[in-house]
Amino acid sequence: MIGVAEVVLDVRDLRIYYRTLYGYVKAVDGVSFDIKRGEILGIAGESGCGKSTLGNGLILLKPPMKYMGGEAILDGKNIMALSPKELRKVRYGKISIIPQYAMDAMNPTKKIKQIIDDLLHEHGESFERKKDLIEERLEIVNLGKKVLNMYPIELSGGMKQRMVMVISTLMNPDVLIADEITSALDVSSQRSVIQMLYEMREKKIMGSLAFITHDLSVLYQIADKVMVLYAGRVAEISPMADIVQEPLHPYTKMLLSSLPKIGVRYSQTKLKGIPGYPPSLLNIGPGCRFRDRCPYAFEKCEQDPPVFDVDGRKVSCWLFERGDVN
Amino acid sequence: MRKYLTKKILIYILTFFFAVTIDWAIPRFMPGNPINFLISRFAGLPDSVKVLQSYFTQAFGLDKPLWEQYVNFWKALFRGDLGISIYMYPQPVAKVIARALPYSLVVLLPAVLLSFAIGNRFGAFVARKKRLDNFALPVFYTLTASPYFWFGILLAWIFGVVIPLFPLAGAYSFGITPSFSWNFILDFLHHWVLPFGSLFLVMLGGWAIGMRNMIIYELEANYSRYLEALGSSQRLIRRYAYRNAILPQVTGLAIQLGTVVAGALTTEIVFSYPGIGYILMQGILNQDYFLIQGCFLFIILGVLLANFLVDIFYMIIDPRIRKSYSGEV
Amino acid sequence: MTRKEFVHFFLKNKKVIFAICVYAGLIILALVGPYLSPYKDPLAFVGPGYQPPSKEHWLGTNTFGQDIFTQLVYGLRSSLFVGLLGGTLATVIGLLIGFVAGYKGGWFDEILMMFTNILMVIPTLALLIIIAAYLPYRGVFIESIIIGFTAWPWTARAVRAQTLSLKTREFVDLARITARKPMKIIFGEIMPNMMSYVFMVFILQFGGAILAATGLDFIGLGPTRGISLGIMMQQATLWNAIQLGMWWWAITPGAVITLMVATLYVMNAGLDEVFNPKLREM
Repeated sequence: MIGVAEVVLDVRDLRIYYRTLYGYVKAVDGVSFDIKRGEILGIAGESGCGKSTLGNGLILLKPPMKYMGGEAILDGKNIMALSPKELRKVRYGKISIIPQYAMDAMNPTKKIKQIIDDLLHEHGESFERKKDLIEERLEIVNLGKKVLNMYPIELSGGMKQRMVMVISTLMNPDVLIADEITSALDVSSQRSVIQMLYEMREKKIMGSLAFITHDLSVLYQIADKVMVLYAGRVAEISPMADIVQEPLHPYTKMLLSSLPKIGVRYSQTKLKGIPGYPPSLLNIGPGCRFRDRCPYAFEKCEQDPPVFDVDGRKVSCWLFERGDVN
Repeated sequence: MRKYLTKKILIYILTFFFAVTIDWAIPRFMPGNPINFLISRFAGLPDSVKVLQSYFTQAFGLDKPLWEQYVNFWKALFRGDLGISIYMYPQPVAKVIARALPYSLVVLLPAVLLSFAIGNRFGAFVARKKRLDNFALPVFYTLTASPYFWFGILLAWIFGVVIPLFPLAGAYSFGITPSFSWNFILDFLHHWVLPFGSLFLVMLGGWAIGMRNMIIYELEANYSRYLEALGSSQRLIRRYAYRNAILPQVTGLAIQLGTVVAGALTTEIVFSYPGIGYILMQGILNQDYFLIQGCFLFIILGVLLANFLVDIFYMIIDPRIRKSYSGEV
Repeated sequence: MTRKEFVHFFLKNKKVIFAICVYAGLIILALVGPYLSPYKDPLAFVGPGYQPPSKEHWLGTNTFGQDIFTQLVYGLRSSLFVGLLGGTLATVIGLLIGFVAGYKGGWFDEILMMFTNILMVIPTLALLIIIAAYLPYRGVFIESIIIGFTAWPWTARAVRAQTLSLKTREFVDLARITARKPMKIIFGEIMPNMMSYVFMVFILQFGGAILAATGLDFIGLGPTRGISLGIMMQQATLWNAIQLGMWWWAITPGAVITLMVATLYVMNAGLDEVFNPKLREM
């Protein structure tokens, strides 16, 4: 490991809101992070924290989502502000996604081969030219060559998802976003998918991976670095090992302690949850968003906490104002 | 696929049975006993012996047990004997219908096919342009809400009286006899335009609206999202959406066939166009029950056949039918 | 959605407002029109024939010298009546059959659906013709009844599809587990969710009934006495109104029908927007 790895995606103060009849839902409200080449960034948080909005918004921003400010720099350009024509060139080739709806991401009335061919043609490629590559990729995800001639309806749910994994990575994107792709799977299937992703990284099929999930245990198996989101903002960004051994942000701490552990008898020790609910993001005001549920909250929390740097880790909490572990 | 076909065929056969039975049963069980009325009318007509020997009359023979009447009715049907027309006495009903059929088809078939093809294109186009959408939609709604015959009247008024471009009655002008001459063909077309036009335009409205809604639905589907996220042009997305949106439209066509045929019949009446609708109306006005029944059966048969053809067509274009294991989509 | 939200969106939707206004106007016309008109009997011969609209005859007279405006408002009553009765009947029958088929499933479902499909393929008009032709006497009431009894198939299918999808929803299972009576499940859990759908279905049936009645009347199988918009058009066609240039006779009744039906479609499109948040214009 010589030198510093190149940053492929640099997100600064990104804001994406939802426009509703009653005002703006500030789903992603000033999120900053970066992903380096070869890195797997886990994006974690509970439902409604903004991770899906972030993941989907980066690649395809559709109403009622609205880009309000900030930047997402990929290949030197702010992809949030590109024209539709330029966006089309960036998508698939530089940034791609394995969507949450992978099960019906493929047109049911076309053969899979045809779908791939049409998609490739949009980017100046063709099925014929990439045939060998496609077959290689199919092997990685344990799919036979026959699936290419089938219609999506003939595949099982798991097969469809793996097929989509292949399709989404055909152009070797610099950044691959995986949006809750393990959420509907059982544990052993989760394991397979994670291993497939590992293999893909080894083979440099994708430049980097942003893995969105609410399941910390899955992240533990795959992520190098974890970004914990809460209520539309970054709570903490730390390497995987650090987060588990020494979580900084109060939210991360409580999140980890709410996970059931092997060996603990819960008839004797009670499983702790986090009391309360995340705040509504509709027209939300200033201040730390976790303060209503945080056991360490104090007066300063009424102001928006900036992101502090603690030994290379990032935390957004007034407790760390002096840059060290408090 | 097999299950799909067998299920459809079964329904059509049953429907036919049901329709024929209704056709047979209703005159019998109506108050006032129309059958006696019919027979007494026939008895007064010249050559009544020939008529009484008509199988149909025998089938109406009230001295025979009901089930035998029913069976005889079917036998007559298979022989093509639909009775003798009172209105066009002594012509057999089957002949009257056969003569009227081509006129109905020449207006109906092009109208259905063209309105489907063009209407769907229109609808898809309009779905994309918001401003055009706001203007075109009320137009389409008005078209599809119009009773077919009223629209025919409207067209007749505008293009037949106010701006006298087209004739208002008949399939061809009075003096001319049908032949393959240019003269006749032009005259025929001249008379054909308005009946065709009214059917075509009303149906067009319906298809356009339906397609517009389907396209919007398909454009919001997950596969469209995926395509767009992976950098596809609007063109590809639209192409896929169109392909998928056509499917329920074809199903809609099958469902609508009955209504469309009914509409065509009424349009013929407006223009005195000598198709099945026209002779049906004459039959009603003259209380010619045989003719009415014959038309009914014929219409049913036609609609069933058309339905069947559309179903087969659908099976060809929707791969899910071929590949799925259930009978329904 | 809550009742408050519903009312809010309902009253704000342009299409819905338009439809309500049009129908309010039509109903008022139907109720009050006959009293406004100087002529009390639509079938009376009240003046010279072939008259274009004038002060004495607001919509002119027809070949026989009957007042068109009077006929129109009485005919409007008849059309609204058929729409209401026929449409309601068709909706109720369709609801019952579709619901039972969807909820019970199994043999019930198969047989009911087979019956429904058969009835659906047969062109309604043809069926109506064959029934109506043999009736010795026809009135608006009977006409509505037979329309109601022949128009329900597609409603049944649609309701059945909805029932099937709702049946497997979790809240129904929950009600079952807690041993609520089936009737209570039906009315308490499933019905409320279908209400919006059923309402929209009813609107279409209303329009369909009006069109069917007009069609029947036009061919000559309408009420043997009385007047309706369809009958007006039939007479106009039979007596060559267009050829004679009497547009006030031939075109006006049909225009009213088209207005009625088109407005219903618009209402439905509006309701779709009210109930489906994705379609709402923001």
